[in-house]
Amino acid sequence: MSNIKNAFANGKAFVAFITCGDPDLETTKKTVIEAANNGADLIELGIPFSDPTAEGPVIQGANLRALKGGVTTDKIFDFVKDVRKEVTIPLVFMTYANVVYSYGAEKFMAGCKEAGIDGIILPDLPFEEKEEFDEVCDKYGVDLVSLIAPTSENRIAMIAKEAKGFLYIVSSLGVTGTRSEITTDLGSMVKIVKENTDIPCAIGFGISTPEQAEKISKLSDGVIVGSAIIKILEKYGKDAPKYVGEYVKSMKEAIA
Amino acid sequence: MTNPKGRFGVHGGQYIPETLMNAVIELEEAYNKYKDDPEFNRELTELFNEYAGRPSRLYYAEKMTKDLGGAKIYLKREDLNHTGAHKINNVLGQALLAKKMGKTRLIAETGAGQHGVATATAAALFGMECVVFMGEEDTKRQALNVYKMRLLGAEVIPVTSGTATLKDAVSEAMREWTSRISDTHYCLGSVMGPHPFPTIVRDFQAIISKEIKEQMLEKEGKLPDAVIACVGGGSNAIGSFYNFIEDKSVRLIGCEAAGRGIDTFETAATINTGKLGIFHGMKSYFCQDEYGQIAPVYSISAGLDYPGIGPEHAYLHDSKRAEYVAITDDEAVDAFEYLSRTEGIIPAIESSHAVAHAMKIAPTMDKDQIIVITISGRGDKDCAAIARYRGEDINE
Repeated sequence: MSNIKNAFANGKAFVAFITCGDPDLETTKKTVIEAANNGADLIELGIPFSDPTAEGPVIQGANLRALKGGVTTDKIFDFVKDVRKEVTIPLVFMTYANVVYSYGAEKFMAGCKEAGIDGIILPDLPFEEKEEFDEVCDKYGVDLVSLIAPTSENRIAMIAKEAKGFLYIVSSLGVTGTRSEITTDLGSMVKIVKENTDIPCAIGFGISTPEQAEKISKLSDGVIVGSAIIKILEKYGKDAPKYVGEYVKSMKEAIA
Repeated sequence: MTNPKGRFGVHGGQYIPETLMNAVIELEEAYNKYKDDPEFNRELTELFNEYAGRPSRLYYAEKMTKDLGGAKIYLKREDLNHTGAHKINNVLGQALLAKKMGKTRLIAETGAGQHGVATATAAALFGMECVVFMGEEDTKRQALNVYKMRLLGAEVIPVTSGTATLKDAVSEAMREWTSRISDTHYCLGSVMGPHPFPTIVRDFQAIISKEIKEQMLEKEGKLPDAVIACVGGGSNAIGSFYNFIEDKSVRLIGCEAAGRGIDTFETAATINTGKLGIFHGMKSYFCQDEYGQIAPVYSISAGLDYPGIGPEHAYLHDSKRAEYVAITDDEAVDAFEYLSRTEGIIPAIESSHAVAHAMKIAPTMDKDQIIVITISGRGDKDCAAIARYRGEDINE
């Protein structure tokens, strides 16, 4: 088992998502450090993709801004090596299958290992297609994280049994983005997960306020927040890191 | 080893968010249940014949044949179908399937607007709600089709993300489907996306080659030497090829949109310029940069302006069973004008890519050889754009 379990050893885990290179890698580095210092237990680093089909408008915008700024997979590997000098919490990549495939899965996972990436989330790689990368992920000790959605129903047990790192539970139908209300019966989903695996699970999609985080954290081992953090980056640009730090602190306190 | 489901060689598969997995599994099960069901097929045939106007004509283009001075040319007239294109074949099939599945709402992407109009038409006919996603750029290029969809009762949502063209419309339709699944069927318009779409759409479009074969045997007593069709995602092409795949004497030629040329960045010729990748639910060839970022493709034809190609075409290319050639904007516009003047038939700018290639190869072939060109749609929608291309500004 990888370093990811350590993220869940400190009470309920707070998982922060940050798109690499939005608005630039220097700001991303400062943001990651601020988030880690203020209680983030695990950070998802988004490698931008031109056509992120699982994202709502907020993260789509971050992807676009980052690509426009000239970020590439190679630059992101260098960036992670640099960040790793100062950050010890688990780091996972979140990107799309084509980014890994076009780079060469073997070369990509070797790069992850070298840079200190603990896992990878690919929202367009469902259970049926995970063989595309899982062997090479295992070879380099990178956990290929599985997702479970409100529509998964009879698939939850099957996915949970083979899950690695942590299980990403998608709270709602649709794409990423903040929501005023989450109506999915998450308790029942988590129950099936727990019957089938010992690895931790975290809930994401639609969570933005400390109140929501507190409520959701009671149902699982952690909460994942993306769009709310990206909105801070969108609003403050290069000045965003300290505001992200304050936000992460308020969220971690709410779930602790 | 990868998932063998819905594979064409290494291509195809189901690279989609977990949220959609049970939806595509449900669709596959429903399709397997109904595809050989006599009642389903009786209903579909009746819709094809009585509503869409099938079978479409296989027309001997005598003047064009004589003018080019080589192979005998036949035109498969999908432009004569109701709504003016081959798109209606697939849409009637999927709408009927969706109805059997108890769905009450159809969503679709559209490029040129032909698939959107066809979906809006089927939704009106079946009394279903309809939402069509169309790149904002395309809503400007094809304003008449936007009006038609609204007239038919559909809601048209202009997509502003990315390049605001067909690929972004597909992405947006996929996003919409993940947010509303229980009452909604995603009526995908081409032989692309996750399994089972490439197979379902192919099967509904295969009527084209089934008819070509019957009509050709009746008129000429033999099979054609070549079948030529334009390829974006590739639905009219796979429909035109499918029943000839086992007939090795028949050359199958797909015509991609080269845009301003395959040596420029302003192209949409996937087989000629793309590389293997994973996008929009499938493994296939895509126009992309070295880091796998999908390229902002270009073609004068909104219907071919897509950075990928259906997985079965990718396989037919790998296995060398079909050839894929690239046709530039200039060549397509010339062919658009040529067929209009020579035969009195105004082809869609998409189909004009196929006409252009026939114009190149027919003179090199013998007089006893036969070419079939699929005229996938009618060109009314393109007249204003072509006039502009020629420097003439007309009001639609």
